Amino acid sequence: MSDPTLILRVRNLTARIATRKEEIHAVRGISFDIAAGEAVGFVGESGCGKSVTARAIMRLAPEGTSIALGGSVDFMGQDLLQLDEKAMRDLRGRRIAMVFQDPMTSLNPVMTIGSQIDDIVRRHTELRGRAIRQRTVELLNLVGIPNPERRADNHPHQFSGGMRQRVLIAIAISCDPDLLIADEPTTALDVTVQAQILRLLMRLREERGMSLMLITHDFGVVAGMVERVNVMYRGEIVESGSVERVFAEPAHEYTRALLHAVPRLDTAGRVL
Amino acid sequence: MRLAKKRPTDAPLLQVRDLSVVFPAQRGNPPLAAVKGVSFDIAPGQTLGLVGQSGSGKTTTGRAILQLQKVHQGSVELLGEDLTKMSSSNLRRMRRHMQFVLQNPYSSLHPRMTIAQTLTEPLRVHRSVPPSQMRERVAELLELVNMDPAVMHRYPNAFSGGQRQRIVIARALAVNPDFVVCDEPVSALDVRTQAQIVTLLRSLQDKLGLSYLFIAHDLAIVREVAHKVAVMFGGRIVEMGNASQVYDTPAHPYTQMLLNAVPIPDPIIQRKRLRLTPPEFRFSADEDHDGPCSHGENHVRTGTAPWHQIADGHGISCRYWPPTS
Repeated sequence: MSDPTLILRVRNLTARIATRKEEIHAVRGISFDIAAGEAVGFVGESGCGKSVTARAIMRLAPEGTSIALGGSVDFMGQDLLQLDEKAMRDLRGRRIAMVFQDPMTSLNPVMTIGSQIDDIVRRHTELRGRAIRQRTVELLNLVGIPNPERRADNHPHQFSGGMRQRVLIAIAISCDPDLLIADEPTTALDVTVQAQILRLLMRLREERGMSLMLITHDFGVVAGMVERVNVMYRGEIVESGSVERVFAEPAHEYTRALLHAVPRLDTAGRVL
Repeated sequence: MRLAKKRPTDAPLLQVRDLSVVFPAQRGNPPLAAVKGVSFDIAPGQTLGLVGQSGSGKTTTGRAILQLQKVHQGSVELLGEDLTKMSSSNLRRMRRHMQFVLQNPYSSLHPRMTIAQTLTEPLRVHRSVPPSQMRERVAELLELVNMDPAVMHRYPNAFSGGQRQRIVIARALAVNPDFVVCDEPVSALDVRTQAQIVTLLRSLQDKLGLSYLFIAHDLAIVREVAHKVAVMFGGRIVEMGNASQVYDTPAHPYTQMLLNAVPIPDPIIQRKRLRLTPPEFRFSADEDHDGPCSHGENHVRTGTAPWHQIADGHGISCRYWPPTS
């Protein structure tokens, strides 16, 4: 890679998703960069291709589909689209980790929280024996789970939605990834819990210097969290720039329409 | 056709008093008081926004008002008649005055019924239009929600989420109701579609004089539609007032926390807000205790509701305040 400060350099990425019924050209040749330690937001309406972009980087097909990728995804000097499946498996979770929207379906309901994190730590680190659980407790503590030693023995249903999302973040950062992809990480949560999770992501990012790719439909969520934002529409990036510039002077008509439609608490409401 | 009974013109359309809902004990869990002593009025042509986090009792309140959920205590008067004491045949007669619009436009339309069939069903049930005029009425309803009447013979799968929600709204309006409960009517939709549906609901209100109970977790959306706002927490209304009172001068600590947590689509403001250390609120348990409340009144002795007026039309509950140390 020419620029050493970049950790991700995506060029002309295309993704076709095939279901049994049809094939969808979900991502139509997009290019973007993410620098080391940088947070980049992807916003757009449902079906715009933002989630498929995230999955394409991880080379994961949405449930029940197959995915055909084109272009290049240069991650720290390696084109991920050229890696064999084994090399890709080693990289997933370890160097690039992902947090999804629904924390319930991402956890195994019959295993304790602690043993699920233990498994990940065992798979991805050299730690063995008691050191594994120590690391698990440390991770739970890091994401703000109170009484982590005791709570590690709980099952997912004993955790609230916000706590489960914290657990998924703990799992995602367990191997100190270089890039964390968060796909609508707070969409299923109440607004007060959302604020806690956003603060947690911001803190972890700063403490660990990891890059963040934040995917959301919510302009309020993206506003405080990222330096740059890419607006997606119908599988393409229609606008890209610093978050301040895009919010203050949206250049593309679609971005203007989206921003205009966002209701705001800090401006007048209903005219009575 | 309004009810024959003469009502004073300034009377509220809906009057809810001390409404409580208790879910019975289940599988070893004790009974759960989901709604506790909720009271409010909705005037004709006005919207009450009901906000709060999931599990606060908003949806149960809406269902209890429509008598879709058993009411434990309290009264619900629509057009001057108490729905909680009504026989089922009288209640059926009242149903044409009250309708609802739910969150998911994908599951609330029958996939094998055409739009025309969906819209004629309520007309037939309430015998509000003679069969010869059904088609005309269906076309009129579709025009009311800004859809082309030519689509009436299509099935729901031909429509987007926003179009389906328009059809759901048209169905609710088919019988000329006075009052519509909208429970998260736009939360499943994209932001541009949300704005269109909100605009539609407001213009229908102006045109038809409808009253809405607008239930949503999205405080910014509620600000766009509501004249009055009630904030729910733990089954109670903890604050109520007109929209500017609640949004601009929130007085209950829960309302303040909720408003502070809403992300603002402005990078500079929002970044600053995220950097602030969040206030740690612990809300006290909801118990009657013999002693002064957060406002210095002993409700056990006086027998009054735990409610305090702080300005004209603006009140707060003295329950669920952080414990004073």
